[in-house]
Amino acid sequence: MKLKKEYLKIDKVDGPLIFVSGIKDVFYGEIVEILVGDEKRKGKVIRIENENVAIQVFEGTSGLSNTNSAIYFSGKAFELNLNENILGRTFNGVGNPIDNGGEIYSDISYNINGRPINPVAREYPRNFIQTGISSIDTLATLIRGQKLPIFSGNGISHNKLADQIVRQSNISKESGGKFAVIFAAIGVKYDDAAFFKKSFEDSGASEKVVMFINLANDPIVERISTPRCALTAAEYLAFEKEYHVLVVMTDITSYCEALREISSAREEVPSRKGYPGYLYSDLASLYERAGILSDREGSITLLPILTMPNNDISHPIPDLTGYITEGQIVLSKDFEQSDIYPPVDVLPSLSRIMKDGIGEGYTRKDHPDVANQLFASYSKVKDIRDLAQIIGENDLSDVDKLYMEFGREFEDGFINQDRFELRSIGESLDLGWKMLSILPKTELDRLSSEVIEENYIEK
Amino acid sequence: MVKQMSDYSKVIMVNGPVVKADNMLEANMREMVMVGNNKLIGEIISIDNGVGTIQVYEETEGLKIGEKVVRTYKPLSLKLGPGLLENMFDGIERPLRKINEISNGFIKEGIGLLSIDEIKKWNVEIIVKPGDILNQGEFYALIDETSLIEHRLMVPPKISGEVIEVKPDGSYSIEEVIVKIKLKDGRIYDLKMYQEWPVRDPRPILNRMKLFKPLITGQRVLDVFFPLAKGGTAAIPGGFGTGKTMTQHQLAKWSDADIIVYIGCGERGNEMTDVLNEFPKLVDPKSKKPIMERTILIANTSNMPVAAREASIYTGITLAEYYRDMGYHIAIMADSTSRWAEALREISGRLEEMPAEGGYPAYLPSRLAEFYERAGYCKTLSKKEGSITIIGAVSPAGGDFSEPVTENTKRFVNAFLALDKKLAYSRHYPAINWLSSYSGYMDDLSDWYTENISGDLLVLRGKVMKILHEEDKLSDIVQLVGEDVLPDDQRWILAIAHIVKVAFLQQNAFHDVDTYVPLPKQHLMLELIYHLYLKGKHAINNGIALSKVKDAELFSKVIKMKYTIPNEDIVGIGTLMNEINDYFTELEEKYE
Repeated sequence: MKLKKEYLKIDKVDGPLIFVSGIKDVFYGEIVEILVGDEKRKGKVIRIENENVAIQVFEGTSGLSNTNSAIYFSGKAFELNLNENILGRTFNGVGNPIDNGGEIYSDISYNINGRPINPVAREYPRNFIQTGISSIDTLATLIRGQKLPIFSGNGISHNKLADQIVRQSNISKESGGKFAVIFAAIGVKYDDAAFFKKSFEDSGASEKVVMFINLANDPIVERISTPRCALTAAEYLAFEKEYHVLVVMTDITSYCEALREISSAREEVPSRKGYPGYLYSDLASLYERAGILSDREGSITLLPILTMPNNDISHPIPDLTGYITEGQIVLSKDFEQSDIYPPVDVLPSLSRIMKDGIGEGYTRKDHPDVANQLFASYSKVKDIRDLAQIIGENDLSDVDKLYMEFGREFEDGFINQDRFELRSIGESLDLGWKMLSILPKTELDRLSSEVIEENYIEK
Repeated sequence: MVKQMSDYSKVIMVNGPVVKADNMLEANMREMVMVGNNKLIGEIISIDNGVGTIQVYEETEGLKIGEKVVRTYKPLSLKLGPGLLENMFDGIERPLRKINEISNGFIKEGIGLLSIDEIKKWNVEIIVKPGDILNQGEFYALIDETSLIEHRLMVPPKISGEVIEVKPDGSYSIEEVIVKIKLKDGRIYDLKMYQEWPVRDPRPILNRMKLFKPLITGQRVLDVFFPLAKGGTAAIPGGFGTGKTMTQHQLAKWSDADIIVYIGCGERGNEMTDVLNEFPKLVDPKSKKPIMERTILIANTSNMPVAAREASIYTGITLAEYYRDMGYHIAIMADSTSRWAEALREISGRLEEMPAEGGYPAYLPSRLAEFYERAGYCKTLSKKEGSITIIGAVSPAGGDFSEPVTENTKRFVNAFLALDKKLAYSRHYPAINWLSSYSGYMDDLSDWYTENISGDLLVLRGKVMKILHEEDKLSDIVQLVGEDVLPDDQRWILAIAHIVKVAFLQQNAFHDVDTYVPLPKQHLMLELIYHLYLKGKHAINNGIALSKVKDAELFSKVIKMKYTIPNEDIVGIGTLMNEINDYFTELEEKYE
């Protein structure tokens, strides 16, 4: 490696950024080492103009002065050393081990930014992943290679749900392939990270899990690299080593907050709610790394969790996420408060690619019909409940009363299930028919008469 | 010597996709350049005293100050020739399959300028002979590009002269000269099998014409309620999950345009893969050929470089104009124009321009107008009729239609198909809200409908629309006091409105019969529903109770006619009509 010059003077320190001048032969995106006393920090070149360079410091800039540090340009982009020994290990947000297991040595290293997957090289995801959770399997089916976020709020049990999905998902069962879980904690509380760590240990899957942890009190800039390190590891395992990888990321909201903080330090023109104009492209550069390549074995299924600020689904973070991901699982505060677990708000929840992964040959022939009718009937329940609020349930018409009953049963018996209960897709669909059979046949207007005759449960 | 000096421009600033280079006194605005050792493709977007600002269409990581910037002396242009159909390109017309051969799986930077296949041989029929006078836009050779589309090679705009040499019919690749013409000034001009055209300039036409033909889509809510015109413009706004992409896919599959240009602008990678997998399997109802044979795909997914996303819209419309000039009718699906607007915003932000509303640059409305104005029905230079219909999806932030992209798009389009979250949540697809949508093409198209379908279809539409409006008003009352307190005639309106929604407006894209419905069946279906309404109304006016008029079995037959009555054989609707008549005759007799 070429010896690099050392720079001793920082012109300006501003938030997570430092500005250095008089620099030649540096490239955009180059990784920089900053030595403050004995402490080594990592930075990245984010803007070059003539001989002036702006550097974003991952570990934060506190303790830096104009003269107390030495800066070395590494001549390399941000790369991660990878081999199969990363399984079972824990790293920080810049990919350094924090579990006393020693460094990862490897001949190969990967740029954490990755590269866009060519659409013609993709394989369209079709394989149903059974999570054992009725509301998800039946109504917002998870497909291998999909990116399906959980839209949650503060105080809602999204961690439990994510844990249950990780525990129960048969991500590689029928193909007998290798599977791995990658967990990226982005600016989360210590308790949340510990919850996942413990649940991985309890389920005995620890040696299949790679963790990238950036806690709430860790440096902001590392939040930008945490998901990228995680996804780079995922790509390596999926596309080089033929693993089926499930990536769980929490919390995307902290990621976006970090992006906003850095953007404002760079004095960029803000767009909605102060978030940078490139928030959509930036989020896409994470989410779009999920998928399957047609000429390789493995797959990346992405399950990001985000807490909607103020439970507002039209906030830029859930909004832009929803435009990129293939559906969303929305959690409801009402359900959480009425002790319904998992609190999946089924109407706004959606899996865009389930249409090609359910039905005959995938799940069960009647699956699309059941899902369609459950959505239609349950959306009617909402209207009737509004009416019942005003005129009282007793004054409702007979059919409307049945809808009220259907609504209650659907929430208590279908959506609601135990954290450790695994319902097969068949069980879930049968349960769905049980609920639909509360309603008279004439109300099932999304179903053909043959389908009704075959499955309707007469009282 | 001077020219050589200016060839050596150097990079002096890098900020994401925006790069500045010095020594650009002679460079032209909008000129294409190659940036750095990797020869990244870029376009000059502003020049200030010899310093050029370049937007780069590839990832700029690794770029150094001082790396060379090489000029190409031409604006960002496309190669237009055979090989466009059935192909999938990125935002600057680089074929993604070829990129995948070079860089397997992932798209790397520095691949360089690729375009349509230069090696493939095409069977060419040359239709001119020496001595012929060829004017701009006139055809000189024909190629069967696919079994569906005849590719007509045209003399480029502003070129005309006398044919002095032609090759015999045979098999040629696009770089071969097949016809030579002598221009008026005596120069010889070689006609190859392609021409180049800068993406940002509209291709010239003879004159524009009035719109008079509908774009038949086989989707009931569009063809009957909000018809689109060939050469028209439409916007489909909707929050995420309301089915924008689904609607665009349905239009791409079934609309009766000759050629479809589908622009996936900043959208999901898997969706483009879905199109690639599915379109070759689907058969066009008219020609019975795979619809892929008439489709061009442009995919600049959300994780591909943002500057190329900005260009993808122009690439798409330029390809469409090229085929229009051959005398074809083209429909463009742009999914989504909001991503394009955001790309403009992102680059504008990097240029530190003064932001206007929502952070978008102040020139957003004029760019939108320029784009939509490239649609139209026209007489081409070759005196044929051709048209471009633009259907742009809009993804409003937060589903709020008052944001700048939706608002400004509304000003420049004539049909507005508003997707509704509430309808989508109850899985009413297509979730086009019949109260907030509109089409400005009804008057233009009424003659066509009268001549080709029936004089009463649009009248019928008006009457049914009135029922829907009335239902909307009544539903406010129902929300407050329940349906039971309404008089029977108003409850009948609610019942019929429900039928219109479930039996007519809802259409199942995954059902073999229902995914595409020919216009005659659409017409009869609506007629039948209205007939049912009149019959029931008459009975109720005669004092018959609603519970008798609203026969569950009859209703269920009407609702399911879209599935049970085949598209080609619509006598079933007549049978059903008789059943309705019989039912009501019997009913009224009983109560007389």
